[in-house]
Amino acid sequence: MIGIQFLISSLIWFLIGGLMAAAMRWQLAWPWSDMPILGSWLFEGEGGQISPEYYTMLVTMHGSVMVFFVVIPILAGAFGNYLIPLMIGADDMAFPKLNMLSYWFMWPAFVCMMLSFAAPGFGPAAGWTSYPPLAVLEEAAPGSGLAQTLWLGGLTCVGISSMMGSINYITTIVQMRAPGMTFFRLPMTIWAMLITAILQAFALPVLTAAVLMQIADRLLGTCFFIPEGLMVADALPKSGGGQALLWQHLFWFYSHPAVYIMLLPAMGMASDILSSMSRKPLFGYRPMVYSMLSIAGLGFIVWGHHMFVSGMQPLVGAAFMLTTILIALPSGIKTFNWLATLWGGRLQLTTGMLFCLGFIAMFVIGGLSGVLMAVAAVTIFLHDTYYIVAHFHYVLFGGTSLIVIGSIYHWYPKMFGRMMSETLGKFHFFTTFVLINCVFFPMHFLGAQGLPRRYADFTHTDSFVHLQPINEFITYSAFALVGVQVVFILNFFGSMLFGRRAGNNPWRANTLEWVAPSPPPHGNFLAPLEVHRGPYEYSVPGRAQDYWMQTDSELSNG
Amino acid sequence: MMHRFWAILFSLVPILGIGLYVLAAVGKGSFGGFSLSGLWLPENGNPYAVTIDHLFDLVHIICGVVLGITTSVLAYVVWRYADHPGRNNEAAQYVKHNTLLEWIWTAIPAAILIFLGFYQLQVWADNKMNRPTEMVDGHKQAIEPMALVVGKQFGWEVYYPGTDGRLGTSDDQRIENELTVPVGKPVVLRVEAQDVLHSFSIPGLRVKQDVVPGMTQLVWFQVDKPGTYEILCMELCGWGHYKMRARMKAVSTTSEATTGTEQVASPPSLSQEGGEN
Repeated sequence: MIGIQFLISSLIWFLIGGLMAAAMRWQLAWPWSDMPILGSWLFEGEGGQISPEYYTMLVTMHGSVMVFFVVIPILAGAFGNYLIPLMIGADDMAFPKLNMLSYWFMWPAFVCMMLSFAAPGFGPAAGWTSYPPLAVLEEAAPGSGLAQTLWLGGLTCVGISSMMGSINYITTIVQMRAPGMTFFRLPMTIWAMLITAILQAFALPVLTAAVLMQIADRLLGTCFFIPEGLMVADALPKSGGGQALLWQHLFWFYSHPAVYIMLLPAMGMASDILSSMSRKPLFGYRPMVYSMLSIAGLGFIVWGHHMFVSGMQPLVGAAFMLTTILIALPSGIKTFNWLATLWGGRLQLTTGMLFCLGFIAMFVIGGLSGVLMAVAAVTIFLHDTYYIVAHFHYVLFGGTSLIVIGSIYHWYPKMFGRMMSETLGKFHFFTTFVLINCVFFPMHFLGAQGLPRRYADFTHTDSFVHLQPINEFITYSAFALVGVQVVFILNFFGSMLFGRRAGNNPWRANTLEWVAPSPPPHGNFLAPLEVHRGPYEYSVPGRAQDYWMQTDSELSNG
Repeated sequence: MMHRFWAILFSLVPILGIGLYVLAAVGKGSFGGFSLSGLWLPENGNPYAVTIDHLFDLVHIICGVVLGITTSVLAYVVWRYADHPGRNNEAAQYVKHNTLLEWIWTAIPAAILIFLGFYQLQVWADNKMNRPTEMVDGHKQAIEPMALVVGKQFGWEVYYPGTDGRLGTSDDQRIENELTVPVGKPVVLRVEAQDVLHSFSIPGLRVKQDVVPGMTQLVWFQVDKPGTYEILCMELCGWGHYKMRARMKAVSTTSEATTGTEQVASPPSLSQEGGEN
C-alpha cells in the first residue's frame, strides 16, 4: 500500500537526516578534527575534516530533509494514506491513481536532493529557508550554483506531491465515509488530517510560486528578490530592483502553516491512542475539534513572528506578536483536555502509549518556550540563537517524532499483522526519551547565553568558549540517540518475521480500522459497515466490555 | 511495578526541568561536572534593554509554573491510574466533558497571554520604534546616527562621518571590524548590508537587527560601562558566517570615539584569522 511505501522511504530519510545531525554535532564538539570512519572517505581533500562549506550544507540539508522528506510525508503521506480509508470505513482513497502519483512524485525530489550533494560546492548551503540574496547569487556561496537549483526543483516536486495528496484526502474524507459516520463521529486523527489537508491546499500554492520566482531569478535573470546595487565578492554591482524580504514573507506564509501541518496530525493520532489506552472517552471532543480549527485559522496570520528582527516594519511585528501569542491558547486547551482524558482512566502503558505520554511532556516544554519567543521584545535577544533550536526540536522531535514512533508501535499490528516486541519497545522509549532531553534541554542554556545557530565553530568566539563542555555533552548524547535507534530498526524488521500474530483488534479499540483484518486485504473490509456511535465509547457503565466498537449494532447496554 | 518506574521518569521532567532552570538563573551549582554558573543571560550593559531581561525572567516564571503543574499532573496520573496486575478492577470513569472546566482552562491562560502581549509592547517600542531623542535648541530631536556599519562577507565595515559631521560624504572615515562608541549616552547606528543578509548583533547589549541589502535601518543602545563587546553576525551569510564578527569598544570620553580611525584599508583583525579553515 502507498502508505507503507511513504512510511519506509520517510524512515530511511529520517536515518539520513539523523546521521547529518550527528556529523554536525561532531564538528561542534571538536571543531576541525578528523571525523572518524566516514571522514577520510567523504573529505579526502580536506584531510578528513568537515569544511565550513560542508558544515553549512549539512545545516541546510538536515533541515530540508527532516521537514520535507520526513515529517510532512510521514504524517500525511504515510499515516494519512493508511489511516484515512480505514478509519472512515472506505475501501480505498477517492483517487487511487492520484494517490500513487503523489508517492512517485517524491522520487524526482529524492533524486534532485541526492544529485545536489554531487553538484559543485558540496550542495545547497543557504539554510532550509533559502533566504536570498545568498541563495540566489552563485557568487555568494559555493553551493548557490547548480546545487541550489536542484534543491528548488526537488522542493517543487515535494509540493506537487503534497498537493495531490491533500486534494485526495479532502475528497476522501468528505465523500467516502461509511453510512452513519457523521463528521462528529470522526476520530480525531481524521479531523486532524482533514484540517491539515486544507492547510496544505491553501498555503502550498504560495510556496510553489515563491520557489518558481527564485528559480526564475537564478535561471532567467529576473530580479524578484535581488535589490539594486549588490556588491558580492567584489564583483561588479548587480542590477536589481527586487526586495530580499519578499521571499521571507512568501516562504513563511507557507512554512508557518507548515509547522501546524507537521503538528496537527500528530495531535490527532495522540488523541486516539491516549483515549483508547486510557480506556476512557476523549475529554472534550468538540473543544478539541474547535481548537484544531482555530490553530489552523490563526496559523495563517502569524508568519511574521519569524521576521521580528528581519527589518520588517516594527509596528507590523507588534501585530504579529499579538496573533502569535494567541495561538498558544488552543495548544494549551488541547494539552489540558489530554490530561483530563488520562485522569480517572485505566492506563495501559503500552509502548505506543508511553510515547504519547512522553509527547505530552515534550510538547509542553516546546510550547512554553514558544510563548517566550512569541514575546517579540525577548526575541530581539533570542532570535537565531540555540533557544530557537531547542524550541523547534522539542516540538518537532520531542513532539511530532515521538508520536510518529508511538503510532508505528500502535498501528504496526494492523499494518503487518504481527505485534512488535514490547520489551525492546519500552527500552527504545526509555533511552530515546532520556537522550532527547540530554540533547535538547541544555540548548536552552546555550541560547540564554546568546549562542548563535548555524555557526560551524564556537571556540572561535570569546563569548562562548566556556560553553564548549556543554557542546561536547550534547554531542555524546546525540550519538547515543542515533545509536539506540538501531533497537527500533531491529524491532521493526524483526517483528515482521518473528512477532506474535495480532488479531483484528489487539488493543480492544473502538475505531473502524480495528474491524478490518490485519493486515487489511484489498478493499480493506470484508463486509459493508454501518457506524452507530462515536469513536470514544470506552468503559460505558453497565457494559461487560470496556470498549464499544463504532460498528457494533447492539443498541442495548449488553 | 513498572508503572511506578514510568511515573518517576515523568516526574523528573518538572523536577529536573525547573530545578536546572532555577540553578542556572541564580548561577550556582554544578551538574555532572558542568558548572551551572554563566548559563543565564550574559551581563547586560544596555539600560534600554534592562526591560528585555525583566520580561525574559517574568515569562520564564510564568512558564515554569505552567510546566510544573501540567507535567506533575502527568506524572501523578501515571502513578495513580496506570493499570497493573495488582490493581483493583475499578473501571475507568465514563466522563466526556465538563463545560465549566473548559471555560476555566481557556479563560485563565487567555488572560495571562493577553496581559503578556500588551505588557511587552512598550519594551518592543523602546528598542525598535522610538529612536532616542536629544534636546537641540530647546526642542526634542531624534538623535542622528553616529556611524554607519556595513555588513559584508565576512566582516563589518564601520564608517564615521568626517570633519563635516555627515555620513555619506567623501570625507567619511572607514575602519574594518572595529567600532568605538561613547559610554553613558545614547548611541544610534545606521546598519546596512552590501551583499547578502547579515544580522548586526551584540548579545551583551541585547541588540539584534538583520541587515538587508537595499534597506537602511537604525539600531540604538547605550553602554553604561567602558569595555569591549563582540559584534556577531546572526543571520546565515555563507560559509564564513561563524567567524564574521567585529569588536566594539566603549570608551568613557566622547572625544576618543573617532580617534584612531584613519583611511584604513584592512587592519589584521579578528575576521581574518583562521580564514584557511
